[in-house]
Amino acid sequence: MARELLFVQAINEALHLAMQSDPDVILMGEDVAGGGGRQDQGIEEAWGGIMGASKGLYKAFGPMRVLDTPISEMGFLGAAVGAALTGLRPVVELMFMDFLGVALDPLLNQAAKLRYMFGGKARVPLTVRTLVGAGVRAAAQHSQTLYGLTTAIPGLKTVCPSTPADAKGLLLAAIRDDDPIVFCEPKALFFSKGAVPEGDYEVPIGRAAIVREGSDLTLVGVGRSVQIALDAAAALAAEGSSAEVVDLRSLSPLDEEAILASLAKTGRLLVIDEAPPRCGIASDVASLCVDRGFDLLNAPVKKVTAPHAPVPFSPVLEDAYLPKVEDVLAAVREMG
Amino acid sequence: MELSREQLLEAYRRMRRIRVFEEKLAELVAAGKLAGFLHLYAGEEAVAVAVAAHLSTRDTLASTHRGHGHCLAKGVEAKAMMAELFGRATGICKGKGGSMHIADLDRGMLGANGIVGAGIPLATGAALTAKLKHTGGVAVAFFGDGASNQGQFHEALNLAAVWKLPALFVAENNGYGEATPHEFACSVRDIAQRAASYGMPGVIADGMDFLDVYAKAGGAIARARAGEGPTLLECKTYRYFGHYVGDNLQYRSKEEAESWRQGRDPLERFERTTVGEGLVESDALRTIDAEIAEEIEDAVSFAEASPWPSPEDVSSDVYVSY
Repeated sequence: MARELLFVQAINEALHLAMQSDPDVILMGEDVAGGGGRQDQGIEEAWGGIMGASKGLYKAFGPMRVLDTPISEMGFLGAAVGAALTGLRPVVELMFMDFLGVALDPLLNQAAKLRYMFGGKARVPLTVRTLVGAGVRAAAQHSQTLYGLTTAIPGLKTVCPSTPADAKGLLLAAIRDDDPIVFCEPKALFFSKGAVPEGDYEVPIGRAAIVREGSDLTLVGVGRSVQIALDAAAALAAEGSSAEVVDLRSLSPLDEEAILASLAKTGRLLVIDEAPPRCGIASDVASLCVDRGFDLLNAPVKKVTAPHAPVPFSPVLEDAYLPKVEDVLAAVREMG
Repeated sequence: MELSREQLLEAYRRMRRIRVFEEKLAELVAAGKLAGFLHLYAGEEAVAVAVAAHLSTRDTLASTHRGHGHCLAKGVEAKAMMAELFGRATGICKGKGGSMHIADLDRGMLGANGIVGAGIPLATGAALTAKLKHTGGVAVAFFGDGASNQGQFHEALNLAAVWKLPALFVAENNGYGEATPHEFACSVRDIAQRAASYGMPGVIADGMDFLDVYAKAGGAIARARAGEGPTLLECKTYRYFGHYVGDNLQYRSKEEAESWRQGRDPLERFERTTVGEGLVESDALRTIDAEIAEEIEDAVSFAEASPWPSPEDVSSDVYVSY
């Protein structure tokens, strides 16, 4: 029986391993330890991160490498870019991806562009860990799925794991990568469980995973929508239809070959995303199929996404906002 | 912090290099030879050169859209900069950066920056690296009076203060953020007053006087190196050209501009003092003038003769690996 961990424990394990294996890795963010400066009162790590992802790191690596910051996202994200540019390998916790609104310049105009503007001389080995997605009644400013925004910025990489095992391996790969990476953690999956290998391993950035094999239809998901795809595939199997499920894992780079290979096998593709429909990863995947896979298509490409609306609070409304298995099955029927 | 004759001559050489470089650019734009947005540093030479005189390659510097002076003061080659401004493959950034993005990481020059205020947190991060890696280095952020009204200024200075980083924040107050006078846009008269908000020293220097900036920057940098934390140094200065080359300058009077040049010009003033006190000879300065004139002409010839980048390179250097 493989060892099972929560998603948050897998993240925590990856952070421990990354910091153990490289003294240049530092962690900074709001309350990544918590209770800063109160060691004399016996308070060393009040929180260990808002969701507990950095628990134990302060005790293991100390105040020079686990840095509680003021609530100054633009300031500490900018400082992290400067630190990465000069030889450190910072991991920044941007508590919720919605907070990019007060912190975008260091990512958009600095981290993403410095290497290019400087003719390839700079490296910005920065990892920004951030919570994305709805499903925990956190309302519009703590729930948006914004990975499409960073995916659209050349110079950044963006990944989003859907399982604890991938969370650990992708985070280790991200921290050790020499480019700036936005590491999206679906908050609704944070306390989900899964088998996680022991020890140090990396999941390569830019590779999708085929998480269920099938022959009649390809369902593409990322982050939380992978589970919807798997549930839909199970329902379709009961109806005698065999769906393959592709977990993108990485949005930039996008594993175009894996998507096209699956489409070549099935001839039909549906993509599920919990972000709104415009200029997003679902549109990207759909356009890829039309651009490079037109001859493979036996049916129109379908998208199942959140509506073009902010995330609502009321449980009734939030549940209506999120893509569901029934939505996927209805869309599959429309494909004929 | 006595300066030797050699150090004084080197300081003069760098100020002269900046002045001639910038005047040459204005000429090249007028002649239709240069494209893009250019923000000239002439008039402010004493600030960059006096601060950089305390720095070595282990020290880092983050600059602004008006960055040529900071680059030259930090020792970046005029030739490679000129080629960059001409957009050539031999440019310091292979022609990919242009005027607002000149960087030379080997010399600790972390880049000019097209976003007002954005260099301030970058220098803060570089100071964090210096502290955590025990390099003994100091990080300097140059920024204008306009940037001191940006959120990045506030967040970065607070962070640098609470983390007690080896940083120096140099506000180059040239009186204008684009076409808006400082006193119209800023809630306090002196940017240095804002240091009180961060519990760090706020010091004012005469940015037209090399020796004054040198002394005050030296104190602040020594303090940073000793682990005592950052300082905000405001240098009162003036830009001789407009915000950008092509600025109509209708927001300021000719008399005002003249009053900053007459008797206060940083190069003339440096010469008056140092020659007057017998520290250097005017002949030596004239020799430097001639050498710099030739160096800048050579830089232009080099740039004009250099190859253009290859169009295939439009997508290279985006990532280390992708």
